[in-house]
Amino acid sequence: MQFGIFSVSDITRDPVSGETPSEAERIDAVVQLAQKADEVGLDVFAIGEHHNPPFFSSAPTTLLAYVAATTKRLIVSTATTLITTNDPVRIAEEYAMLQHLSKGRMDLMLGRGNTAPVYPWFGQDIRQSLPLALENYNLLHRLWREDVVDWQGKHRTALQGFTSVPRPLDDVPPFVWHGSIRTPEIAEQAAYYGDGFFANNIFWPKEHYVRLIGFYRQRYAYYGHGSEKQAIVGLGGQAYIARNSQDAKREFRPYFDDAPVYGHGPSMEDFMDLTPLSVGSPQEVIDKTLTFREHFGDYQRQLFLMDHAGLPLPTVLNQLDLLGGEVVPVLRKETEARQDPKTPQAPTHASLVKAKYGNEPPRQPRPNANRGDNVTGGSPYQDSGAESRTEYPEL
Amino acid sequence: MDNPAQPAFELAIISAGTSDPSSTRLLADRIADRSCELAACHGGTVTSSVIELREVSADISTALVSQLITSKLQEVIATLGESDGIIASTPVYKAAPSGLLTSFLDILDDDLIIAKPVVLAATAGTARHALVVDEQMRSMFAYLRALTVPTSLFAAAEDWGDPALNKRIDRAAVELVLLMESGFATKIRDASWENYQHEYGSAGGTEVGIDLDTDLMRLAAGGSVA
Repeated sequence: MQFGIFSVSDITRDPVSGETPSEAERIDAVVQLAQKADEVGLDVFAIGEHHNPPFFSSAPTTLLAYVAATTKRLIVSTATTLITTNDPVRIAEEYAMLQHLSKGRMDLMLGRGNTAPVYPWFGQDIRQSLPLALENYNLLHRLWREDVVDWQGKHRTALQGFTSVPRPLDDVPPFVWHGSIRTPEIAEQAAYYGDGFFANNIFWPKEHYVRLIGFYRQRYAYYGHGSEKQAIVGLGGQAYIARNSQDAKREFRPYFDDAPVYGHGPSMEDFMDLTPLSVGSPQEVIDKTLTFREHFGDYQRQLFLMDHAGLPLPTVLNQLDLLGGEVVPVLRKETEARQDPKTPQAPTHASLVKAKYGNEPPRQPRPNANRGDNVTGGSPYQDSGAESRTEYPEL
Repeated sequence: MDNPAQPAFELAIISAGTSDPSSTRLLADRIADRSCELAACHGGTVTSSVIELREVSADISTALVSQLITSKLQEVIATLGESDGIIASTPVYKAAPSGLLTSFLDILDDDLIIAKPVVLAATAGTARHALVVDEQMRSMFAYLRALTVPTSLFAAAEDWGDPALNKRIDRAAVELVLLMESGFATKIRDASWENYQHEYGSAGGTEVGIDLDTDLMRLAAGGSVA
């Protein structure tokens, strides 16, 4: 089981101090949080993608490459990468590059994005969001697996003889999670390809996720990737931890009450009753988190939202000390004791390399010399087979 | 309707009145009482559950701003979803149904009350609000694809002393009872449920099985859309 944190990259006024961090300060703070996550033994750091204030994370691979370069064992990921408004070709290129630079310590989570005005900024239309997401991923999936791609779809210029460079590290595509809270088609796509499925698990009553995750598991098995229990599931969650329960509630309440998403609405106590939010002592956070598997089955990745709503950097760093030092070690032990022993781990680059090559050395694509036709398909790599030859349309 | 000879109906009364007792609730109760009497004449029974929206007003506003449905609200929604007929009664303050009612309708799943018979009722301090029922409430319930009965009920201050109000209450009650007895809502759901536009979660998980035979599902499984 992997444990980590995810950030939406919001730049929010601290309701207690009244200060709003600058973009520079917040970007720097998030880098420190990621590094801290590594230091305290968490497995994953994931960042969101947004293209409007008050968020900063428009270029996640740049941030994550820096984080990977300055950490030792942390897996860098996204929450989420927009599969709708990004060109899948650019996603293929950027994340393959990140994969090389991080030496495989990365994966990514795809999401659609629900901010309508963002779509036209990138030449898209939110009404087409779902078919766009599905089609884009079908293409992305091929770009990482086929040296030369001929492709035609509805939402993007056709490709002929296109090679996405660099090829994935060791010719093993990055592992992909599909994030969704209410879209069976996304669960179906994750199941079809044997990818992971992530439910952000923050807002809605859990019954919605229970049903969708159940559907994903069924379809994962249907497509022959393994049993329902072997499907790869990730969950979000949200916590504020202090040594004792009363302090946690007192410290977090002003941030909760003023939070951009749910502030001024439900009471913190109601929200804790009805959602995965834990505000309390390490033991309380542990107890609540351990209930997740009772609802969703054994799962592979648990991410916590720790740094939003204007919480200042020193507070969040302290949260990560408690999360990594006291909560996660117990969660690891307890989860291992409780879960089905056949529960698979979340795939990592090493496990995917092993699965593909066994003990053989991985493929290392070496391009052919430029013969003047290196943009027209041909056979781009010295070991590209005949199947890589492109087909041209009849003129 | 376990025993067709003695049909039993569940009536859900939504009242957006704010005082206790309120004339809005009173109007709803009179419709409910008449409906019970009429159903009894036909050999049936009606059990009514009252949903006092003021008792869940904080829950409604929470749901509006945070998508969080408290357990109290879940119970209310379940009552509505299990009902055979509905009476919706609201005060009119500013030439519109009370925001308490409209906010409540805003947080309901779109498919919750498809084809269920609904009596619409409103109270106001002046007859100038009389068209609120037909021009505003009716369209809201039309959006939810409920079946509003032909007779609208409206009671301004002067109507409470007018026997004509009773007559209209009788008319609406007859319409409601006949529609419940016809089993229209159940029959529509049995015969044509999949023909309504459902979304995942639009009827709290009971809307429809997940349909795999769609263009989007084929696209999800690596295919292409024609």
